[in-house]
Amino acid sequence: MSEPIIVFDKVAKAYGNFVVIDQLDFKVERGEKVTIIGPSGSGKSTVLRILMTLEKISDGVVYVGGEPLWHEKKNGGLAPAGEAHLRKMRSQLGMVFQQFNLFPHMTVLRNLTEAPRVVLGLSAADAKARAEELLELVGLTEHAHKFPNQLSGGQQQRVGIARALAMRPKVMLFDEPTSALDPELVGEVLTVIRRLASEHDLTMLMVTHEMRFAREISDRVCFFDKGRIREEGTPEEIFGNPKEERTRQFLSAVLDGA
Amino acid sequence: MLFGYEWDTSHGELAFAISILPMLLRGLVVTIQASLLGFFVAMVLGLLLAVLKSAPSRLVSWPAAFVTEFIRDTPLLVQLFFLYYVLPDYGIVLPAFLTGALALGIQYSAYTSEVYRAGIDAVERGQHEAAKALDLPPRRTFTHVVLPQAVPRVIPALGNYLVSIMKDVPVLSVVTVLEMLNVAKIIGDQTFNYLVPLSMVGGLYLIMTLVASALVRYLDVRLPKRGIPLR
Repeated sequence: MSEPIIVFDKVAKAYGNFVVIDQLDFKVERGEKVTIIGPSGSGKSTVLRILMTLEKISDGVVYVGGEPLWHEKKNGGLAPAGEAHLRKMRSQLGMVFQQFNLFPHMTVLRNLTEAPRVVLGLSAADAKARAEELLELVGLTEHAHKFPNQLSGGQQQRVGIARALAMRPKVMLFDEPTSALDPELVGEVLTVIRRLASEHDLTMLMVTHEMRFAREISDRVCFFDKGRIREEGTPEEIFGNPKEERTRQFLSAVLDGA
Repeated sequence: MLFGYEWDTSHGELAFAISILPMLLRGLVVTIQASLLGFFVAMVLGLLLAVLKSAPSRLVSWPAAFVTEFIRDTPLLVQLFFLYYVLPDYGIVLPAFLTGALALGIQYSAYTSEVYRAGIDAVERGQHEAAKALDLPPRRTFTHVVLPQAVPRVIPALGNYLVSIMKDVPVLSVVTVLEMLNVAKIIGDQTFNYLVPLSMVGGLYLIMTLVASALVRYLDVRLPKRGIPLR
């Protein structure tokens, strides 16, 4: 097996005395679909936000594609990364946000073409062609010229997914992509993510509360608690036969509530 | 006689009022010009100060904050005298009107910069995060994501400063600008009738500021709520 695309090596994240991520060791293989579940405040989203460089780490080393994310190799040692290094590393990752975070003053098309044109240097025509391809993938071709507030939440999140994909990332990070949606709109977003999961090259890391969905698409499920992985395994192991009492408690609480 | 018009002092107050109206309107035009030019300077300079104040480097943000504070805490009249009487010593001679409009603009840029900054700060964190996740360079993020959303939100607040600037224009009369109040005073000095011209100035001011306020309200209604649309 080739080297993992994501490695957390004893990573810690703390705000003052409040520890969010505690000496975390964590790996994701290329093409793997990993779901992170766990109670709120367990540091699930922070893992994604660290990878997207939205949140600095306090200790340890994160590797993406074999290279340190928050550090640069300097004189044989590791020094804190500069902006140029972060930009280069960021291009391998795409993120889908809980609150969509679409640019409200740009049309759907412009949301999808802005970064490819400015960052990747695509021509207007190429960026548009790429955007239209992606809009077809998420089933929103006829909405290209609308503004985000003219779309439903589910449609907006599908635009959010397409926008991230437009940068051709190797790893897609989904931060509770359906948590802000009305229940009847969750399905259409999950359908799109399911379609992506069938692509073997794309590595996917998702934080979600949709347990049935996690079970269906994941190669591996990680149960987070207090900033560490309490238990991990295949969906069958975690959902079918959890070993840890804490995992069982969490699952029964979540599944009973559903 | 003023601006080539004669005042009529021998046929009662109404005839007098009618005869001086063209003179006051000449002054009103100057008042409006000074207001608009001052407002324009305040909008541009204020945005510049706001950008500098939110710069990541303290080497930039602190001097900008100091300048803002200094401008805000010194009287307009002091700034005006300074520009008008001190700058010529250093070879910079500006016409009175230009000096006055500039002084207004500089004074109000301190206020507008705070308004802009509030607008910039009000853009959700998620917008910055999305831009970062897409690897948009910080400058592009500022010009194409943050500003188009910040500016429409603050236009009503900026517009209120236009009304304030209009009401501060009479200060320019001390450096000989022939704005409306100055014209009224000259008429009073010459005809010994201050009541009529000054009352008319009050009335004309009321009309002008009401129109300006209505314009600002109209703009507020017509403005795009989600930011300046980028197709």
